[in-house]
Amino acid sequence: MTTGERVGAAGPGALDRLPAWGPWRTGLAILRRDLFVTLREFPIFLAQVTLQPLFLLFVFGKVLTELGYARPDYQLVLFPGLVALAAVLTGLQSTALPLVIEFSYSNEIEDRLLAPLPIGAVAVEKVVFAAMRAFVAAAVMFPLGVWILGSIPWTASTFPAVLAMTVLGCLLGAAMGLILGTYVPPNRINVTFALVLTPLIFTGSSQYPWPSLSHLRWFQVVSACNPMTYVSEGLRGLMSPSIPHIPTWVCFVVAVASLVVLMIVGMIGFIRRALG
Amino acid sequence: MDGGLRGGAPAVVVAELAKRYPKSPTEALAGVTFEVEDGEVFGFLGPNGAGKSTTIGILTTRIRPTRGRAMVAGVDVAADPVAARRVLGVVPQQNNLDRSLSVRQNLLFHASYHGVPTGLRNRRADALLEQFGLADRPNGRPDDFSGGQIQRMMIARALMHAPAVLFLDEPSTGLDPAARLFLWEKVAELQSTGTTVVITTHDMDEAATLSDRVAIIDHGTLLALDTPTALVRGMAGERTLDCTVEPAVGAVDAGTTLLADIGRLAGVRETEQLEDPTVNGWRIRIHVEGEPAPFVAPVAQSVSAAGARLTDVRLGEPNLEDVFIHLTGRALR
Repeated sequence: MTTGERVGAAGPGALDRLPAWGPWRTGLAILRRDLFVTLREFPIFLAQVTLQPLFLLFVFGKVLTELGYARPDYQLVLFPGLVALAAVLTGLQSTALPLVIEFSYSNEIEDRLLAPLPIGAVAVEKVVFAAMRAFVAAAVMFPLGVWILGSIPWTASTFPAVLAMTVLGCLLGAAMGLILGTYVPPNRINVTFALVLTPLIFTGSSQYPWPSLSHLRWFQVVSACNPMTYVSEGLRGLMSPSIPHIPTWVCFVVAVASLVVLMIVGMIGFIRRALG
Repeated sequence: MDGGLRGGAPAVVVAELAKRYPKSPTEALAGVTFEVEDGEVFGFLGPNGAGKSTTIGILTTRIRPTRGRAMVAGVDVAADPVAARRVLGVVPQQNNLDRSLSVRQNLLFHASYHGVPTGLRNRRADALLEQFGLADRPNGRPDDFSGGQIQRMMIARALMHAPAVLFLDEPSTGLDPAARLFLWEKVAELQSTGTTVVITTHDMDEAATLSDRVAIIDHGTLLALDTPTALVRGMAGERTLDCTVEPAVGAVDAGTTLLADIGRLAGVRETEQLEDPTVNGWRIRIHVEGEPAPFVAPVAQSVSAAGARLTDVRLGEPNLEDVFIHLTGRALR
């Protein structure tokens, strides 16, 4: 085809010879677009996801323990909790904010909703991509931990379970973001973020071991309602088994169950927003 | 691409299509039936809220119909939306380009969603950028372009996967006259390549200029469907003479005597005074039988007899707007 040639829908380069094409390949193409955009600005993305956990690690794990306000073994409590925090929070932010913007101001999502794949698959792609971002954020915590704290709690034998729990945390956060991004009207997103994010961060057992809250019963109950607690406690049990923790299998069961429920609710919200 | 395959079958079939939105007491679309021929430019004319966008929304799989059937290029859009999205292209009212991508990347990624192989993707993107006058800045971001250019980008993007039917929703809204003309030219070009185009508009000029056939829709109901010429021909008895009259100095009535005088002329069916705050004096519309030109002289005589002065005369040919007013009893805008 030479440039300047008219290309109508039925015009040159007839596409009726297109290779067999399944919706899953469209899904992958959409994922590739998201990866392309993120990788192009990878340093900015890294700064975005690591800054908050970095300061938490430094102030709570390093400064407070060196000044003697926290016990040295507080690092054993804190580090797995911060990995969970990075996973859940980054997952949540990576779906909620883009969804709100794409559904209201930019309408960018329309081109994907008009691509040849089921509408629900667009939501799944959003969650998978957000979980990938979250996973990078969680993984970066490990070298950061070694650098700031000197050492991190670590057992090679539990590595596969740590990996699985981290991925679960990433998906959980992304599913929460799917709900926020589709149910909250755009003009309320600022308020909602303030009202949801802060409680989520501080009731997710990332800075304290949940079983030790028995003397603060109401807060223990509140924390038990936050799915992030099971990610924090799960990772704590696997990485710092000496710290009192919720049994790991309980953490896995509750985390998977929460993920299923949150995904169903999120998908309903997404399809409602996407289809009139 | 499907014209030959479907052997001249209609590109779009809509049968008894209806939509009632949740919590709405009335139907936004109340049982509409029509067909769009293969290779046709089909105009959907109606005021805002008439049901145009709902119809397009259903045909493009974004709105679920309450009842009825809608087929695009032989695919039932409600039963198999995924297959339907492969054969249709959409240019929405509002800019929905991917702002994180350049113009060319917008085209390429869209094609990748639709499974266009890499080599073909690149060739098509280059050809479409050239065709739509965007080849000089393929690496610019959408935010840096004008409304007209954005519109062209969205059309180029929609054509990347060679849809059998292209839907354009209010394409010239907000465009300046030059951009609008360029757009019209491009739509005409599409037609010459055999593309079926369905276009919604509340602009009668646009509908009349671009469309092979026009469907007039209001309150969710199809009122008329024909070629623009045939629709207007049906209004043949509706020729008019629009006059602007400067009243006599010290005239006491507001032109009623003059209107009555003109109304008594042979061949005049009806007279009316138009509200037009931009005009000093009276604006008078005279509905006549047959050609309006022969009425200029007798009307001018009546005006001078009343001591007033005729300052402007326009011979009104009926147009789609008149057809619309005739059908609905109200103006389009």
